[in-house]
Amino acid sequence: MRIINRRPATRLANFSIALLPFVALIVLYAVFSDIRLTDNPDDKLLPGLSSFVDAVQRMAFTPSKRTGEFLLWVDTFASLQRLAIGMSISALLGLWLGVLNGLIPWVAAGGSPFVRVLSMIPPMAVLPILFITFGLGELSKYVLIIFGTAPFIARDIEQRVRELPPEQLIKAQTLDANTWQIIVRVVLPQVLPRLVDAVRLSLGAAWLFLIAAEAIASTEGLGYRIFLVRRYLAMDVILPYVMWITVLAFAVDYLFRRMTSWFFPWYGTSR
Amino acid sequence: MSRIDIHNLWKTYDSNVVLENLNLTIEHGEFVSIVGASGCGKTTFLRMILGEEQPSRGSIEIDGEALLPEPSSARGIVFQRYSVFPHLTVLGNVLLALELAHAKYLCRSFGARRKEQIKRSMQMLERVGLGDAQEQYPAALSGGMQQRLALCQALIAAPKILLLDEPFGALDPGIRKDMQELVRELHQELGLTVIMITHDLAEGFQLGTRLLVFDKTRIDPQAPNLYGANVTYDLLLNSGSTDMSLQTDMQQTEWARDAETQALTM
Repeated sequence: MRIINRRPATRLANFSIALLPFVALIVLYAVFSDIRLTDNPDDKLLPGLSSFVDAVQRMAFTPSKRTGEFLLWVDTFASLQRLAIGMSISALLGLWLGVLNGLIPWVAAGGSPFVRVLSMIPPMAVLPILFITFGLGELSKYVLIIFGTAPFIARDIEQRVRELPPEQLIKAQTLDANTWQIIVRVVLPQVLPRLVDAVRLSLGAAWLFLIAAEAIASTEGLGYRIFLVRRYLAMDVILPYVMWITVLAFAVDYLFRRMTSWFFPWYGTSR
Repeated sequence: MSRIDIHNLWKTYDSNVVLENLNLTIEHGEFVSIVGASGCGKTTFLRMILGEEQPSRGSIEIDGEALLPEPSSARGIVFQRYSVFPHLTVLGNVLLALELAHAKYLCRSFGARRKEQIKRSMQMLERVGLGDAQEQYPAALSGGMQQRLALCQALIAAPKILLLDEPFGALDPGIRKDMQELVRELHQELGLTVIMITHDLAEGFQLGTRLLVFDKTRIDPQAPNLYGANVTYDLLLNSGSTDMSLQTDMQQTEWARDAETQALTM
């Protein structure tokens, strides 16, 4: 049989193969960590797996000596809050910009090229401007996330609106719908599942902007903590934090994917 | 009443003449079938009556009033595809037509009015044979049922004129027969003016009370787009009967062969 026609036969086989790279990575890490630790028991670069447990115990389940807070949870809450507020505003902004640009020629004439140019500006390059104009507080972090994701979402939604069959818009007009009714009853309900997709896809970028902003100016947050403990080469804290961020990102992504089938039962079957 | 008067209608795209000096009057209650080869301007003609496209020259009047330059509730339409909204259930699709007519700002109806509208929608759905499918989304319906729904949705808005753009072109022959029967019944019950484009000559003869054939009257081989199409045959039919001699006679002309091939390949 050709290679392209061979596939894992059972679910178990599929699952084991999926696990393989992860197991390999952990084994590889354990081996090299062991080699370095036998050489120098105080090595900070590849700490033993047991020191991760200690670090998690310290960060997540023991109150901090200085503030009395459980740092991991404080960081997680701060980061997720920033992400949620930033992305909510971004989604709303992107949705409306996209719908208006996609549906109304007079708005599109001015708005469409402008959004396209905006989306080309590398958001990290304007971070200093944001810090200067919006200060070092929460606002500049929201604005960075919004600036980094809203133009992408707006362009995506605009495209989706343009892809609606023209027959549908004509049909709505023959049912005496005005522009507002067409937006509310025909266009919005059909692009909402697309919005969920667009938000989901731009969450990766949103995490990047969040961690960058936290690394530069913050007093708590997952990104802040990683960059703080970097000074002490505290790999035992950094690595569990990175894994935790990955788990969070994965969970949010999963939730969004499920949301589509919960809220939009017609979506995905209509094409 | 809904009489359509068309005077000296021209449609050109740049130097490409599609329709040339068309004059036509369609009386209230007529069922007009339009046939013709592809590219002969019959869809363009329908789009102009719909208001989706504007005449280059000439005028279209409904009951003596010039058409608005955009689609309105005076004209209902059923396209070959994409005529229903995929995000609404069968009932939701029909109800939408009533909601759009009343709730101009809230876009939704509530309370007693909603109940009454649901009742009306259900009556209409029962009429077209979709009463049991009210909770389903269009994607779960067969092509024939989707077209029934589209028809139902267009008719509940009570248009003066119903436009059908090859409504049965994508359907299986058996289902097509049922749909033709339904359209004929509805036309008689509601006394609408109907304009239907079809590729199927037999369908045009069977359903219509009048048959229009669109074709080019002059052709310049060096510049095929120089002259536009016009109405070349205008036949009054007895609804339901099929005049076989006329039909065979016409089938010998070029456009008929063309139309037939297309009907067969669809």
